[in-house]
Amino acid sequence: MPQLKAPARTHIPLWQRRVFAKTLVFALVIITTNVLGSYALKRGLDGVGVLKSLSPLPYIHAFANPWVALGVVLLICWLCSRLALLSWADLTYVAPVASTSYVLSALVGRFWFNESITPAHWLGIFFISLGASFVALTFPNTTRPRGGR
Amino acid sequence: MIPMLACLVVVPGAVGDLLMSAAMKKHGEIVEWSPSAVLSLAVTLGRDYYVLVGIFAMAVSFFALMALLSAAALSFAVPITACSYVLDTALAKYLLNEHINWQRWAGAALVAAGVALLST
Repeated sequence: MPQLKAPARTHIPLWQRRVFAKTLVFALVIITTNVLGSYALKRGLDGVGVLKSLSPLPYIHAFANPWVALGVVLLICWLCSRLALLSWADLTYVAPVASTSYVLSALVGRFWFNESITPAHWLGIFFISLGASFVALTFPNTTRPRGGR
Repeated sequence: MIPMLACLVVVPGAVGDLLMSAAMKKHGEIVEWSPSAVLSLAVTLGRDYYVLVGIFAMAVSFFALMALLSAAALSFAVPITACSYVLDTALAKYLLNEHINWQRWAGAALVAAGVALLST
């Protein structure tokens, strides 16, 4: 009686799974800190008023607003996590995947603040999501061997 | 004035991204996350000319965007920034030697089109 062979399964090496998992975590941190940081900064600057002066003092004074300070801290976290992700992932991977924050910002505006989203905006959300998915399915690193410092 | 500001948003932004990426590629993958290792990394990166010039380029891009927003409509200013995805991809291919397959080109083009549509 012929032996039935189990269907071949795609084997992803452990180190590649580790890179994908780490990349996913950092991409989520980048996207979240970008959306929350921009929101906090916008909310704080709305309270501060228009900054038109060339003097740095009004900008420094704006930091006294807790929302502005929180926004700046979150955007510093965004920059640090982006740098960390760039230490093992390509720029052509990080930039499109991080652009998902545009989608999240639009959806927060729609469902949290009841802002209207036009058909062109929905099409834009679809394009960004599709583009980020295309890139996210590629391996993050095309230039270096695995491992590092 | 407005075309010059648009160039000052896109080109230094892409150059800043490129320099940051080059600096991190040069450093290698971060695998140590203890406070002392992170502090040591911050000191190392703080002395790296690629990082310093990259931050300067990104600051130029940011302030040019502020100036552009004060001179042009939002629906013009933000879609212009979407060009940076395609420029980043081209620069990364030729200067960072990243292997760009059709998925990455398509991804960058779709994201650029999406950002442009989202800001209309």
